[in-house]
Amino acid sequence: MAVCVQTDDFDVAAETEKLIGARTDIGAVVTFTGRVREGVGDKRITSMTLEHYPDMTEAEMLRIEAEAHARWPLQATTLIHRVGELRPGEQIVLVIAASAHRQAAFEAAAFLMDFLKTRAPFWKKETLLNGDSAWVDAREVDNSAAERWS
Amino acid sequence: MTAAPRNVRLLYFAWVREKIGRDAETVELPSDVVTVSDLVDWLEQRGPEYGEAFARRNVVRAAVDRTHVKPSAPLGAAREVAFFPPVTGG
Repeated sequence: MAVCVQTDDFDVAAETEKLIGARTDIGAVVTFTGRVREGVGDKRITSMTLEHYPDMTEAEMLRIEAEAHARWPLQATTLIHRVGELRPGEQIVLVIAASAHRQAAFEAAAFLMDFLKTRAPFWKKETLLNGDSAWVDAREVDNSAAERWS
Repeated sequence: MTAAPRNVRLLYFAWVREKIGRDAETVELPSDVVTVSDLVDWLEQRGPEYGEAFARRNVVRAAVDRTHVKPSAPLGAAREVAFFPPVTGG
């Protein structure tokens, strides 16, 4: 089990190797990487800045991770979330779920992302092409996605 | 008998921080401030910037001692209360 909040980029292959190593009891590894998109519709952004609640973030990520381990037979998990200023194309978030079988790994990875998006105290602010900046609104679809696990 | 003063550290994030104009402050809570919702009522009387930040009361979220809570949650002996918009990470 590992969670990390960092400004630096991450290497998916290196993180997977770090998590799995020489273990031979893991039959399924699901990795999810979230990336900054340049825009939706007509809107174009030049950067996105992620703020968080430093004293709470890792504690909340650990709670989310523990909840996943309580629900599925997971051998190992990694959650990495970046903060600070990111540009389109950069990686923001990494979830790795490792289990003996694929179903638990797939489901746990989806659960971890749904709960990271709705529970972990991060906030995105976008800077648009024209220089304006605006906080990203929470999306109802993310709440619905998280509620399906209750 | 007078109750001991309750000093609470308040933290603000994202647009709540921007509207209030600071990221943190320490306040002494009056004894009639029992729940998170009471705290918001009390803050709103402190100045227009708080009224602005909490104008959409049902949108602003809170955490007491770094755990998400509902507005009806009691403050108890809380040392840190944070207010912020719905989270948008991931």
